[in-house]
Amino acid sequence: MGNLFEHMGIERDRIHFSWISSAEATKFVDVVKEISDKVRALGPNKKLVKDYN
Amino acid sequence: MNTCINKIRELALELLDKKEVEKVIGFANGTIPLATSPIAITSKQDIEKLVFNSTCGLNLANYLRDQKGKIAVIAKGCDTRNIVTHIVENQIKRDQLFIIGVPCNGMIDQFKIAALFNDEIIEFSEDGDTLNIKSSLKEEKLYKKDYLRENCKVCMHKNPVIYDVLAMDLVEEQTLDNPYPDVDKIEAMDSDKKWQHFQDLTKNCIRCYACKNACPLCYCPTCFVDESSPQWVGKGQNKTDVNTFHYLRAFHCAGRCTDCGACVQACPMDINVRDFTRKLNKDSFEMFGWEAGLDITKRPPLDAYSPDDPDDFIK
Repeated sequence: MGNLFEHMGIERDRIHFSWISSAEATKFVDVVKEISDKVRALGPNKKLVKDYN
Repeated sequence: MNTCINKIRELALELLDKKEVEKVIGFANGTIPLATSPIAITSKQDIEKLVFNSTCGLNLANYLRDQKGKIAVIAKGCDTRNIVTHIVENQIKRDQLFIIGVPCNGMIDQFKIAALFNDEIIEFSEDGDTLNIKSSLKEEKLYKKDYLRENCKVCMHKNPVIYDVLAMDLVEEQTLDNPYPDVDKIEAMDSDKKWQHFQDLTKNCIRCYACKNACPLCYCPTCFVDESSPQWVGKGQNKTDVNTFHYLRAFHCAGRCTDCGACVQACPMDINVRDFTRKLNKDSFEMFGWEAGLDITKRPPLDAYSPDDPDDFIK
């Protein structure tokens, strides 16, 4: 699915997959931090957004 | 290919005569030249309506579901792969089918041919590798290999993979070093170019859903586009909705698509719908070594777990 996103022109770093146990709090923090860093670097998404106005 | 029609009619006649099958599903001439439409034949008088030529680009596997009794079907290489997919997905039982396999030399792209003429095509006939096409202004003699559909050019399964009887001798399969040159071309673009490519591709889409109706994989009783609670995707011509429809439909076909080209054939706006599914076919092949519809005993990759499945996308 990440590959299809990339193929259609949506940056690969916008979609993340992870498997985190409820006991792995530190892993959760690390993953969320990495995701938010990567997405922040890309800036707001303008593709596949529906404009309701 | 035009000689096999006699054999097809002979086989169909015999099957109906002996009451071995209730109906024969094949192709009949359409209402205009360069078009054929599916037909179900139940009586011997109609046998002459059966045709088989280079315009039989639709996929007859699409018409086999929800049938009672035994039916015969005329199937090209890709049709048989979709029949295998149907059997694996429990849409029909193997013993309900009598498959008349037709090794296929490719189907022609009617849009490409229509573009050569300024007026309407009024007559079409074919003789081996040459096509004779007539409009009221001119007559053209074309070579079939120059006007093959894009999916037929890269087809590596021309021969039926499953059949009860063959209507003609098997043809030679082609081997390609790179079966996915079109996908590579898109992959080489940067994000914005890719996005633009697909925006341009779908800009003419009128959402008639001919692609999903022609597709043998799209058999859900209610398609996600028709659901109203929840409504997954808007129903209008909004660009995002149009794109969502195409991407999601393609993803539903991941690991199942046989690249039969019925979607492209059915599209009235000449959209190359295959651009969406081809990437997933390539991924299935590269990640799972999978080509859909080749083996009646194997489950599709997204339906089965193996410890070897690639998992580098999960952190």
